[in-house]
Amino acid sequence: MNSILIKHGRVVDPANKRDGVFDILIKGGKISRVAKKINEKAKVVIDAKDKIVSPGLVDMHAHLREPGREDEETIETGTRAALRGGFTSVFCMPNTDPALDSPDAIKDLAKTIGKTALSNVFIIGAITVGRRQEALCDFSAMREAGVRWFSDDGSSVEDPELMVNALKAAKKEKLLLIEHCEDKKISKTGVMNKGFVSTKTGLRGIPKESESIRVRRDIELAEKIDTRIHIAHVSCLKSVELIKNAKKKGIRITAETAPHYFSLTDEACQCYDTNTKVNPPLRTAEDVEAIKIALRENTIDAIATDHAPHTDAEKGVEFDFAPFGMIGFESALSIAIEELVDKKILSWPELIKKLSLSPSKILGIKKGTLTEGAGADITIIDPEKKWVYKKEERASKSSNSPYMGKTLKGYAQDVIVGGRLVMKERKLGVCS
Amino acid sequence: MREIITNVATNKKPVWTKKDLLGLEYLSREEIELILHTAKSFKEVTTRQIKKVPALRGKTVVNLFYEPSTRTRTSFELAAKRLSADVINIATESSSIKKGETLIDTGRNIEALKIDIIVVRHNASGAPNILAKAVRSSVVNAGDGRHEHPTQALLDMFTLKEKLGNLEGRKVSIIGDIKHSRVCRSNIWGLTKLGVHVTVCAPELLIPEGIEKMGVSTTSNINEALDGADAINVLRMQFERDSALAFPSKGEYFREYGITEDRLKKCKKNIIVMHPGPINRGVEMSSEVADGTNSVILEQVTNGIAVRMAVLYLVATAKR
Repeated sequence: MNSILIKHGRVVDPANKRDGVFDILIKGGKISRVAKKINEKAKVVIDAKDKIVSPGLVDMHAHLREPGREDEETIETGTRAALRGGFTSVFCMPNTDPALDSPDAIKDLAKTIGKTALSNVFIIGAITVGRRQEALCDFSAMREAGVRWFSDDGSSVEDPELMVNALKAAKKEKLLLIEHCEDKKISKTGVMNKGFVSTKTGLRGIPKESESIRVRRDIELAEKIDTRIHIAHVSCLKSVELIKNAKKKGIRITAETAPHYFSLTDEACQCYDTNTKVNPPLRTAEDVEAIKIALRENTIDAIATDHAPHTDAEKGVEFDFAPFGMIGFESALSIAIEELVDKKILSWPELIKKLSLSPSKILGIKKGTLTEGAGADITIIDPEKKWVYKKEERASKSSNSPYMGKTLKGYAQDVIVGGRLVMKERKLGVCS
Repeated sequence: MREIITNVATNKKPVWTKKDLLGLEYLSREEIELILHTAKSFKEVTTRQIKKVPALRGKTVVNLFYEPSTRTRTSFELAAKRLSADVINIATESSSIKKGETLIDTGRNIEALKIDIIVVRHNASGAPNILAKAVRSSVVNAGDGRHEHPTQALLDMFTLKEKLGNLEGRKVSIIGDIKHSRVCRSNIWGLTKLGVHVTVCAPELLIPEGIEKMGVSTTSNINEALDGADAINVLRMQFERDSALAFPSKGEYFREYGITEDRLKKCKKNIIVMHPGPINRGVEMSSEVADGTNSVILEQVTNGIAVRMAVLYLVATAKR
């Protein structure tokens, strides 16, 4: 493993409250030194002038589809896409086929990850066996297989008693539950946000309460059990208010949102573009505003992509029949720069924190930092570069993104994982 | 026919440029007026001994119906035939996805038969929009989910214009299951663009969220809806489907919202009563009203052919 020297970059490292021009030397897979000027010789030298040198980004919520839906994405293609987006660590959700609900399933996938992943991949386990919402998975056995995060994402844990048991088990084993908050009795067969646009388009609406009522329940249960809970993909004002109040009360709740919830409204659905069909659905302008404020006020701790690949064939149908989800790895950073940094919602250190240090802390992994001695996961960002998100140049196996074809601003230019330069000037492949 | 074309060309500046007719939301006032004006010329054709013009000779129209329909399909078929187009009907009870072929694949296969216009009815809102993007042929929406039913609204507006002349400043109330009605949505877009004051009236649960942003007043009081109205458009209550959830019974609905002669007595004397059909007699309105002097229900059906002739003609000859 060769040494790498990153010179002249604006190092943004929230863990060490560092924001300024520094050189970084990487040796033996670790960050060896961070200093104003490093003159030591290195095998690879990267000139990062006018670039932002960030801890490798961490995506705490993604769907890599393996095993079962390799036609949509694989560990390999998914992690390629993650790297293109600047993510050096990815957490994959267990709603695969079969679900990741047992130590064996975890071990099998870990083998595939070992063989084919280009970035770090962490596996989130299912809360219930087969995600059938009947029996809890064997948390302690899965913990031994390396899983410390559990979610039935795609569905909420509908039964409150089951949720109580899950929270108790999680507390006992020191695990984190990640809840997809949706009351199915309210969202029913809805396909987009309920409101003027759903009325106009004649599409069945999903009321915001389907999310916020479940957030309310989960806060209450987490308080009662006195344990942690993480709320996935927060999309609306009401949920934000509830989380804010819970945090004030000292309830141990954390939350994430996704770039589409602070950049798009339900108006994006009015042309029946099935790539705008996501769950929770794109909401209204007041919700987008609330999400932005929540990011600024730290009511929402992290930005995750909820990268959810689907094939053209699956998405090329009537809006009603298309599956929920959009891909996000390759566009997330650009959207965040444009919507949050350029619009002065977050500073660069604040944005980097939401994309690296905060999720790492929530999940309890030693990532998201450029501390000397830490593993060298680094993303070098060109914050100004305009680029077109072209379907034929994408790394993901799927292309279901409403941003496809659009001109975006800013991207990850070079990525280092574990001290290896795995993307150099946008080109993937181990270069050192 | 030449006469009709020149009439259209000389009297009206606007030229039809759109490949498709997907909904009235997407049309300008001028485009709506162009359709209605063109329909007027075609209506004259339908009163002739020989009710056929060669305007679309050599063109092929496919009626692609994913939902059962008799009157709309028949009306489109007759309209196409009176324009001398060839017509094919494809009816499929199940949705495309259940059939195993996607809507887009079906559309492209039909297009490969070298046809010119696809008239589509579908239970999923927005299906015609998706189809129109995928094919080069013209797509005419014959009703999609709860979204739009533009030709029904156009024939409603055509009938109103015949009776009232200029519609600017007139008051039209739409009464019934607003929430689930595509006829209502198309009427709202069309009428408001022509300067009509539109009120929608329904039990509260059948008024969908945000509909006032489409430029209408809302009420759950039938008297408010009838008061001062130049016309009412009474929608079908689908007690066999969605409407039942929002209202207890047919009888109660009739008592609260049914249009009766007694209620009409308190209205403007020449109030026009419309219904897109099929009527539930004794639910939305009494038989006396349906068959009475204020009712234009059968004229609507007649006008439907002229309006659909105009639509087929315009999309087929669009200056793209």
